[in-house]
Amino acid sequence: MSAAPESRVRSAIPAQTLPQAVDGGQADSRPIKLKATGIDFFYGAFQALHDVSIDFFENRITALIGPSGCGKSTFIRNLNRINETIRGARCEGEILLDGENIRDIDVTQLRRRVGMVFQRPNPFPKSIFDNVAYGVKVNGLARGKRAIEEKVENSLRRAALWDEVNDKLHKSAYALSGGQQQRLCIARALAVDPHVLLLDEPCSALDPIATGKIEDLLFTLKDQCTMVIVTHNMQQAARVSDYTGFFLLGKLIEFNKTGVIFRTPAQKETEDYITGRFG
Amino acid sequence: MSVRLIRRKIVNAVMLALTGLCTLITASTLLVILGYLVFNGASSIDWNFFTRLPLSPGETGGGMANAIVGSFQILFLAAALGIPLGVAAGIYLAEFSPNSVFSFFVRYTADLLNGVPSIVVGIVAWSVVVVPMKRFSALSGGLALAMMLIPITVRTTEQFLKDVPVSMREGALALGASRWRAVATVVVPAASAGILTGVILGVARIAGETAPLLFTALNNQFWAKGWREPIASLPVMIYTHAISPYEDWHRQAWAAGLVLLALVLFANIAARFILSRGTHAQRG
Ligand SMILES: Nc1ncnc2c1ncn2[C@@H]1O[C@H](COP(=O)(O)OP(=O)(O)OP(=O)(O)O)[C@@H](O)[C@H]1O
Ligand SMILES: [Mg+2]
Repeated sequence: MSAAPESRVRSAIPAQTLPQAVDGGQADSRPIKLKATGIDFFYGAFQALHDVSIDFFENRITALIGPSGCGKSTFIRNLNRINETIRGARCEGEILLDGENIRDIDVTQLRRRVGMVFQRPNPFPKSIFDNVAYGVKVNGLARGKRAIEEKVENSLRRAALWDEVNDKLHKSAYALSGGQQQRLCIARALAVDPHVLLLDEPCSALDPIATGKIEDLLFTLKDQCTMVIVTHNMQQAARVSDYTGFFLLGKLIEFNKTGVIFRTPAQKETEDYITGRFG
Repeated sequence: MSVRLIRRKIVNAVMLALTGLCTLITASTLLVILGYLVFNGASSIDWNFFTRLPLSPGETGGGMANAIVGSFQILFLAAALGIPLGVAAGIYLAEFSPNSVFSFFVRYTADLLNGVPSIVVGIVAWSVVVVPMKRFSALSGGLALAMMLIPITVRTTEQFLKDVPVSMREGALALGASRWRAVATVVVPAASAGILTGVILGVARIAGETAPLLFTALNNQFWAKGWREPIASLPVMIYTHAISPYEDWHRQAWAAGLVLLALVLFANIAARFILSRGTHAQRG
């Protein structure tokens, strides 16, 4: 595309709807829960992230959007240091959880506090019950059979799965449908009461009803934890999130309140992407 | 049709027929061995075979009770030594240090050991156990077979662990499990059906080994009184009976062959059963 039509699109946005005009550009009233600064990430020689900095505010939902392969998963996988398990991967920059560098936090402690739901459902080859109880047992969060059972039931209810599985808790998790498996993974993550929950396209395998349930769940979880959700679904990002970050080719192009991003993006790439004009 | 095309069709048909023929020969060789064994063995097998000790040459009607039990004893010893060691080493190779020089070396050694002729394993066991102890023993036989079982176990364990998807490990780690915990509670259980299958097949393979036992466990016409005594085993019994000049001993050798075959066959079927059940659960 040549320069001329590009500038036409940009100037087509009326001046009075610029970000500051709409949301006042005020800082959030909540403290910063998680702060990523200057993240460069490499898979071997390939640089997947370039100087990404984002502040995640406590009890807020932040959506990360962007075309496939732009580094959304790579980014959030740094927030719980799960990328460290990839051979030859290297992360530069600083990530603070409650002001503390996550590299200084014991990694098992960090991951208990920063839970993650992966892009593809990955239940363990165990029973439904044992899947949910896993984190509880590993972290010693409940003692005794009764207490663990309560935790499991509670987590399954929160993930909107209880009614579908309460009569087959001791059946294999593989007997569940893809969508149910994903909700099981959400329940599993919730069972350890994380402070931050990273959700990598949690609804990509779900039907609209289950998606609605998950979105309701995100709202009810808001006062208990800070959430980061990667999604390809623009409506979903607009519905559930308070903040939105737009990634493109490993760079954070734009970050702002969700209303601003969707109504009056400052960058042309953002606008092209959210309006579906992107390549 | 062009000449080229016709030629390709002919070549295709000939190759197909050739490979089919080879398959037929392979299958029939197997069937002949099985048939021969069943034919000769079944007519020789009787209740005495399982309950009585061998008799001296010339007498008829003895059995191989001591060799059957002895084989199990030696295999038990080999399994008790070889399986824990092999599985642990396999876990180390697959999970904790897959790319180090040390692991490369271990893997290479295991593969070499796998290819070492079993008679050589026997000599080694003889020189490190039998010679210093100044006696043939069940212990040395078990050790020799363990030496053969370890490399098989190491490699199958490693392979099945590697087949466990990365997402499984990540799932466990992301919940706050330590690496060791994730391996012990998620990865190894996920591979357990495969590992168990590999181990059973490994034991079945060494069950028929004769050479490593010839100058370690030796043989015994009676019940072995302990691990430090020479002990009878089915493969060695087959060997000594088959090369003897006595008709009745030949009969017994066939019977022993059949029993050994039945045991190995049973182990194979069990292994397959376990593996298919394990993978069914995963496919869901
Ligand atoms: N394990 C890996 N090794 C090497 N390169 C990788 C690895 N994982 C991802 N990449 C590369 O890093 C880039 C970012 O990938 P990433 O998975 O973060 O994208 P994404 O934004 O999550 O995409 P999607 O929306 O399809 O999930 C891509 O170019 C991808 O090919
Ligand atoms: Mg992704």
